Amino acid sequence: MDWTAIALSVRLAAIVSVALLLIGPPIAYWLTFSTRRWKFAVESLVALPLVLPPTVLGFYLLVALGTRSPIGRAWEHWTGHGLAFTFEALVVASILYSLPFSVQPIASSFALIDRALLEASSTLGASPMRTFRKVVLPLSIDGIVAAGVLTFAHTLGEFGVVLMVGGNLPGITRTVSISIYDDVQALDFSSAHQTALFLLAVSYAALAFVYGVKRKPWAVAPLP
Amino acid sequence: MTLSVRVRKRLAPEFVLDVAFDVAPGVTIVFGESGSGKTTVLRSVAGLAQPDEGRIAIGDRVLFDSGSQINVRAAERRIGFVFQHLALFPHLTAAENIAYGLWRTTSAEQQQATAAIAESFRIAHLLNRRPGEISGGERQRVGLARALVTNPEILLLDEPLSALDHGTQSRIIADLRTWNDAHGIPILYVTHSQREVFALGDRVVALQNGSVVAEGTPQQVMDAPVHEHLAQLAGFENLLDAVVAAKRPEAGTMVARIASTTVHLETPLADVEVGRPVRIAIRAGDILIATERPHGISARNVIPGTIRKLTVNGTVMRSDVDVGALLEVHLTPLSSDELGLRPGSDVWLVIKTHSCRPVSAV
Repeated sequence: MDWTAIALSVRLAAIVSVALLLIGPPIAYWLTFSTRRWKFAVESLVALPLVLPPTVLGFYLLVALGTRSPIGRAWEHWTGHGLAFTFEALVVASILYSLPFSVQPIASSFALIDRALLEASSTLGASPMRTFRKVVLPLSIDGIVAAGVLTFAHTLGEFGVVLMVGGNLPGITRTVSISIYDDVQALDFSSAHQTALFLLAVSYAALAFVYGVKRKPWAVAPLP
Repeated sequence: MTLSVRVRKRLAPEFVLDVAFDVAPGVTIVFGESGSGKTTVLRSVAGLAQPDEGRIAIGDRVLFDSGSQINVRAAERRIGFVFQHLALFPHLTAAENIAYGLWRTTSAEQQQATAAIAESFRIAHLLNRRPGEISGGERQRVGLARALVTNPEILLLDEPLSALDHGTQSRIIADLRTWNDAHGIPILYVTHSQREVFALGDRVVALQNGSVVAEGTPQQVMDAPVHEHLAQLAGFENLLDAVVAAKRPEAGTMVARIASTTVHLETPLADVEVGRPVRIAIRAGDILIATERPHGISARNVIPGTIRKLTVNGTVMRSDVDVGALLEVHLTPLSSDELGLRPGSDVWLVIKTHSCRPVSAV
């Protein structure tokens, strides 16, 4: 089993999950409660990684992060080395690629919140920020946990985007799925088996956890 | 402090809410059927809905003024709002719900204020429970306590008691009255229940199709409904088409002939010309039934008729009597038995002049 690759994938998935737990809720909040007419355009953009071939997303990211792009140049100026084919590039790519896995569960749990609760909060003097912290977040904790777990599992198993922007550098950008691919190419089936089984087990456990989280533990019984 | 409300808002292409009224300290009921616009009025006062134009002010503190483009945010209006389904925070205990609006104060002050209001509304024993773990009446009390603990300048209630049984309703209303005896704030209470109007209201504003159609004490508004829909809402089972046959201004009465009959009814005088149509509203319980023509009686309307149908509805015997038009009469099953009433019986209906109320059909 390729422990280096596993450690790298876990580190990547953890960083991406945390990042998306910070980025996801504000986007989900806006998507749920905004009344803008062009909301659908942003919704589609967020959902794009669900349908786009990873190679397409990876290709554009590679172009965007390369030394000829403004982002790549700025990064190089800042850090002294290029962004493409680094661990940082994997983080950026994975955040974009896993965005819908974070935003969608959070947005659907926001949408389930009774709007009257938000109105009640404002008539009690609370600012929108306070309402978000005291009412919206606690009542959508299921969706947020689900988002975290799904992001983690999804990033852990990522292949195409990672290969495009990260390549296959052991200890830097070689993730679990690339390691399996390598093993198979080298006809090392026993190693591929072990790593694949590990990924299967983790993915199943993550999904079981998400489905197992009890929904709506505070549901109010209907008035008699 | 008086709340003054002037709100105009187009709610549908054909429906414009356009009302203006003042709310003095004490309980003012906004009464009307669903769709009359009463909840929108309340939400406009709270800052949860924005009128197209108008002005809303508490004393001289302006909350909304379309003329000078003032629109104070809901969070800064200092009003208490009790929602129809209460909107208690399900993840917080009763105590945390009540203290929610007190976040600017210290936690010692919060505890003290919560304990005091919980005492007033008799919920001190369930402060540690969540809304899902207490009864509907108790939730209602938590909702009131949460809205009032911040010492709002006005209290708005959106049909909060409609889901409760009458006994629970009355006890909560009594506690709210006691609370307001000490605080004396204007309370605006929206309902479509006639019972709540009498139980709670000092004043009534009756809304219909987005306009104020009557205003006054509950007795004035409910006993002399000037509009037909209001008459139906106020429990007048009989609404008769009639034509004014004669007016007797000196006696304060007039005579109206029930349409397509020869039956004449004496009614209180109304501002309708002779020969013009009018509608007469009569409560089914205000009509007496006699099996022989009564003599020496003060009631001015004694009309012969025939019973067409008798139906028991709980403790009420409903009798449909044909006098040329059908009139619904309510009596107790016992008196019906003693009189030996059955379909086909010939009877006399006795109706006092002032039990007949002319209403205008809108």
